[in-house]
Amino acid sequence: MSFFPLNKKNRRLLNAAGILLLVVLLTGANAFLDPFSMQIFKLCAINIILALSLNLLNGFTGLFSLGHAGFMSIGAFSCALLTMTADQKQMNFFLKPIEPFLAHITIPFLPALIIAGLIAAFFGFLIGAPVLRLRDDYLAIATLGFSEIIRVVFTNLQTITNGSLGLKGLPRFTTMWWAWGTAAFTVVFIVALIKSSYGRAFKAIRDNEIAAEAMGINVFNMKLLSFVLSAFFAGVGGALLAHHLTTIDPKQFMFLKTFDILLIVVLGGIGSISGSIISAIVVTILMEALRFLDGPLNFIVFQTTGVPGIRMVVFSILLMAVILFRQQGLMGRRELSWELFADIGLLPRRFGRRKGE
Amino acid sequence: MDLRIFFQHVANALSLGSLYALIAIGYSMVYGILRLINFAHGDIFMLGAYLAFYLVSSSLMPWWVAFIVAIALTCAFGIGLERVAYRPLRNSPKISIMISAIGASFLIENLAIVLFDARPKAFKVPDLFSSIVKFGKVQIVSVSFYIPVITFIVLGILLFIVNRTKTGMAMRAVSTDQDAAKLMAIDVNRTVSITFGIGSALAALGGIMWSLKYPQLLPLMGIMPGLKCFIAAVIGGIGSIGGAVLGGFLLGIIEIMTVAFLPDLTGYRDAFAFILLIIVLLVKPTGLLGKNQGEKV
Amino acid sequence: MGVLLSTQGLTKIFGGLTAVSDLSISIEDGQIIGLIGPNGAGKTTAFNMITGVYKPTSGIITYGTTPIQGMKSHKITRMGIARTFQNIRLFKEMTVLENVLVARHTRMGTNLAEAVLHLPSYRRKEQEAVDTARSLLERVNLLDLANENSTNLPYGKQRRLEIARALATNPKLLLLDEPAAGMNPQESRDLMDFILKIRDDFSLTILLIEHHMQVVMGICERMYVLDYGITIAHGSPEQIRRDPKVIEAYLGAAAC
Repeated sequence: MSFFPLNKKNRRLLNAAGILLLVVLLTGANAFLDPFSMQIFKLCAINIILALSLNLLNGFTGLFSLGHAGFMSIGAFSCALLTMTADQKQMNFFLKPIEPFLAHITIPFLPALIIAGLIAAFFGFLIGAPVLRLRDDYLAIATLGFSEIIRVVFTNLQTITNGSLGLKGLPRFTTMWWAWGTAAFTVVFIVALIKSSYGRAFKAIRDNEIAAEAMGINVFNMKLLSFVLSAFFAGVGGALLAHHLTTIDPKQFMFLKTFDILLIVVLGGIGSISGSIISAIVVTILMEALRFLDGPLNFIVFQTTGVPGIRMVVFSILLMAVILFRQQGLMGRRELSWELFADIGLLPRRFGRRKGE
Repeated sequence: MDLRIFFQHVANALSLGSLYALIAIGYSMVYGILRLINFAHGDIFMLGAYLAFYLVSSSLMPWWVAFIVAIALTCAFGIGLERVAYRPLRNSPKISIMISAIGASFLIENLAIVLFDARPKAFKVPDLFSSIVKFGKVQIVSVSFYIPVITFIVLGILLFIVNRTKTGMAMRAVSTDQDAAKLMAIDVNRTVSITFGIGSALAALGGIMWSLKYPQLLPLMGIMPGLKCFIAAVIGGIGSIGGAVLGGFLLGIIEIMTVAFLPDLTGYRDAFAFILLIIVLLVKPTGLLGKNQGEKV
Repeated sequence: MGVLLSTQGLTKIFGGLTAVSDLSISIEDGQIIGLIGPNGAGKTTAFNMITGVYKPTSGIITYGTTPIQGMKSHKITRMGIARTFQNIRLFKEMTVLENVLVARHTRMGTNLAEAVLHLPSYRRKEQEAVDTARSLLERVNLLDLANENSTNLPYGKQRRLEIARALATNPKLLLLDEPAAGMNPQESRDLMDFILKIRDDFSLTILLIEHHMQVVMGICERMYVLDYGITIAHGSPEQIRRDPKVIEAYLGAAAC
């Protein structure tokens, strides 16, 4: 059999094969998985989007932002308000009626999703402009502050977000295809971005801001760009989450939510796209799988009553273990690639680099 | 507004300000010495309160001994936390140690949920603190006096330690320049541990006094005060004890008085601190009493 | 031949410390000018002001006919002033080639949509950037290490990479901050030849901070001597060599 070198043409074939495999998996999942597993599977996709958007900011541009939950929240509520029917709104807003201009807006899911992302991006611009001038630790606290301000404001805007009651009965638009389709789009976008000159500029800012500026890169604008893009995808992720859970309220978007995503990014490797993808899937599944820890345990001869909170203790310990003993997480800054698969023997022998390449 | 109610608000504002000041000092000292935002500080505050609760409930000792023991235990915990979670990362990128702090915070909170139970507990307030003091028609709970008084006494002791003892000098040296301090034969590790110990003790004291005034204990009770007190420290000028005190009082007073005069804004009460923070960070990031620190190119 | 860069009364005060006082220099097209002086004399501070890292406390910097004092670094670089750093500031997590490519970003003239969509126009620009970067690496003899991580390079090669990176921004004026630091006499001689060569090949004007007297005296047409921020001497290598104030500044009064 002839040798199959990993040149451009063949890599395109391999990529296409990968996409085909994904489509087959999704169709299979849709057809054969039980509803509960489907929920988890969908959540994996949503977390991929959220993890990648956070990693773009923290991992690739070196901006430690803790405000992700705020942008998710904006996206979630925006999309919900745009897609709910007038009747659904009336049912939800029983304490105080919804603002008149919002009452009769009902648009299809796709435009709503995009607009939700754009609204989140807009707020990313408003918040980023002042905040990105700050040094790392101050940036972290400032973004956390804004995230909290958003939460408090949403909890009080009774006529727009329905305050602490939140919104219930949202249409379940997030199907397997929507979730994974958007995730795939996000992956392609981020990979293309990082591989381009813009990606190099982001990484340069991360590595040595002063040198980057000296090489002609408008560091502030680049930071803002990264922030806005991150906010966009966080908003999209939040919107998908809203139409997956069908119930949202401001309390879901506390700092804990940002922590969950941060956990995924750190475990996967700050600065690795494949790391974030793998980690998102694994952690999402693990979070569900370990839910049993919080409930009654029947383990061979033991019987314990559940101890709620143990699950999060485990994850906190996991995060600390990673940051203390293996800072780079799973992938560090490396990526999965066809070359890597060939090198470690995951592809049939005839794929791979020519000797001496 | 009624003069009676006004004075009650003033008393509340002073108490809250004192409590915020005590907790903010811990943040400021730790940031000053390690350039680290100790996200877990608010949880140490919570720990102090819970330890005092359990010790008092056990009836093994008089309440004032229980308080002292609780503070000592929390102090030890804080020192241990630094050893385990922060010291190994001292030479790592800033982001790593921040993540460790966040992780530690979540760990402590969730451990508290597991060990102490998420249901609220009622702190047994000793009579000394719950008696009512009367000034003419104005009635104020005694604890509202004890808190500022104790705070000022403790502050005095702290300032004495920092400015007049060798330990304090070591702390100030390490805050300014860690490497130079090492060259002066200052044991940096010991100094950092002492700083954490003091900060944690102050947080524990704050937690106990907080419970005397607001006797409901919850595992997550440290999150909001923790965040707000960090903000207070930033507003006053992070790294500076005076700044932390100023920031703490300012925040406490603004929080109480704004809601007192504008009751419609009660729901936004938690957001004030954050809004103030953003304003300060944009206008004078080094805070009201802070100094500039540049980077050498 | 005109004046490419000039400063007048350039001053920088940090709190109580006057790092640079009343610096007035003038550099003409195609010249190689030296900026020397003992450690802490304010040379790098002067560089930082010219390249926009610091805002001058007072004074004017004129590039061509444009005043540039207080302008942001990236704008100044785009106008044609590039620099290297005293403490090497390479991008540590990137390869040699990527380091140089970063410097091509501004000159690429691309936009976000084009880049993300990987349009043919973008691919062309990217290829041009890579070709330019590779040819620059070849000039500094680093092409064979193009895919090595920048931190794996020995010190001397890292310095060369910094220079290649600075050249990638298409400068007219190049500021070199102690390029010969840590080099032995042979390497310094090679560096001197290299600087002269790039000055000719790329039509550059060069301002050089250096402690290696051999290098400075060898290639600078003129130099300015700073001590505690004050300009104590200015002239040709011969004049400077004999200037008693310079000797005193470097060696102390007793060595006269």
